[in-house]
Amino acid sequence: MKRSEPAQIPALEIDRVSHRYGARVALKDVSLAVQQSSFTVLLGLNGAGKSTLFSLITRLYAIRSGQIRIFGHDVAKEPGAALSRLGVVFQSRALDIDISVRQNLMYHAALHGIANRRASELIAQVLERVAMADRSLDRVGNLSIGQMRRIEIARALLHQPRLLLLDEPTVGLDIKARADILDHVRRLSEVEGIGVLWATHLIDEAGAGDDVVVLHKGSVLAHGTVGEVIGRSGGADLRDAFNRLTEVADQGELEAAR
Amino acid sequence: MTAIGEPIAREGFSLTQYLICLKGIVWREALRFIHQRERFVSALVRPLVWLFIFAAGFRQVLGVSIIPPYETYVLYEVYIAPGLVAMIQLFNGMQSSLTMVYDRETGGMRTLLVSPFPRWWLLTSKLLAGTLVSVLQAYVFLLIAWFWDIEAPAIGYLALFPALLLSGFMLGALGMLISSLIKQLENFAGVMNFVIFPMFFASSALYPLWRVKESSPLLYYVCELNPFTHATELIRFALYGQVNWISLAVVLGCTAVFLFGAILAYDPARGFLARRNTPAGG
Repeated sequence: MKRSEPAQIPALEIDRVSHRYGARVALKDVSLAVQQSSFTVLLGLNGAGKSTLFSLITRLYAIRSGQIRIFGHDVAKEPGAALSRLGVVFQSRALDIDISVRQNLMYHAALHGIANRRASELIAQVLERVAMADRSLDRVGNLSIGQMRRIEIARALLHQPRLLLLDEPTVGLDIKARADILDHVRRLSEVEGIGVLWATHLIDEAGAGDDVVVLHKGSVLAHGTVGEVIGRSGGADLRDAFNRLTEVADQGELEAAR
Repeated sequence: MTAIGEPIAREGFSLTQYLICLKGIVWREALRFIHQRERFVSALVRPLVWLFIFAAGFRQVLGVSIIPPYETYVLYEVYIAPGLVAMIQLFNGMQSSLTMVYDRETGGMRTLLVSPFPRWWLLTSKLLAGTLVSVLQAYVFLLIAWFWDIEAPAIGYLALFPALLLSGFMLGALGMLISSLIKQLENFAGVMNFVIFPMFFASSALYPLWRVKESSPLLYYVCELNPFTHATELIRFALYGQVNWISLAVVLGCTAVFLFGAILAYDPARGFLARRNTPAGG
């Protein structure tokens, strides 16, 4: 049985969010939505503001302007309800390499108030899902980077969130491991109806049927299906569309500065 | 196929769930501790070096007169033992703050903070976990010291437990507060120089304060105001089955202030995390 959320509510809704570090503007009036069951690619170069956006969604930083809602729950006003529906795979390693896979997952279960017996069941299920069931007792430090990523995903899914955020999840992976992870997460959104926000700077990670958000220097330049974004920009493919969009934005900025 | 079990109750947590969360955090700290044996050994070697070498050397130089809680003249190593216990906790508190800075640079801290439990609970649990580790270290140290003829009454070892919890909590909360102020791991050396050493030396850990007063009244007042002095005295009195009420009050007060400060500092709306000029790593 799946946890039911009203179908029309977006899994994630970011509404006119801005953020600055001192004088430097990191996000400018960002609005976007991740629908339930959708695979949304947040495309941006390094420094585009992806990590800042993730820090705001996960409540590491306070939202000073705008609103972020997870299944309708405002992150600032109802953090508990919002965060319990959210699973995150951070760009930096979040697993403890000295202890076993299972011990890491037990710790995560405790952080969601899940008791031992139930946690054991859930751990068995998530490890099965990422095809790592036989590695449960292995020390995390003995796994390959690709396997660690899979465990990170299992960890993020353990408390059965309906929204999954991944920040550059394929960094450091070889081509095969990259394809495996991408495939696996895409299946999660298709088959299990989880809303996925996949942040990356690798344009080829966006598939034909995905939603895509182009984030550049803190602003959303385009938001829609891959087809829509290509069509609107007049590009030949997504890479071309991305280049055109960012060039236009950079030129506009130059002219404004003159 | 979607079923992976029923949903977990979400809206609001029960008391049991709060305790599950606490247990998980303590348990992880314990596992971490078991796996970092060097950390345990070095945490023990430091006070033992002071005890075996420093105290032995100064035995003849520093006579200690009869001051409470002692009822007879005591040897110098007997005098500094409680101070060294407090030192273990001071280092441990700062060490866990170092871990928090490190965790923040990796994803460990984020995993903790993205938990749906209220942040004050997560931080208090983390603090308790670190404190329990320091209590264990303190008892192992006292066991070794016991073979070195530093013996306290049996009741003292029992009374020490709550005192250690409290002083460990205070020093851990201070470490946590400091960790929120440090931007990067490299800045940690500064903590050594500007927090650990001054706190340790300007206290009653190594010499009774009446001696300090004789040489410098100003330094005496500094020592009196130093919370670490009161952690030391709380431990010293407890070890002999007594309560130093003033120290108890100071430690309680400081714990409240440091903990409140740390929770505030890690609160996203008011905290220092948000005020930084650079985004957190990752």
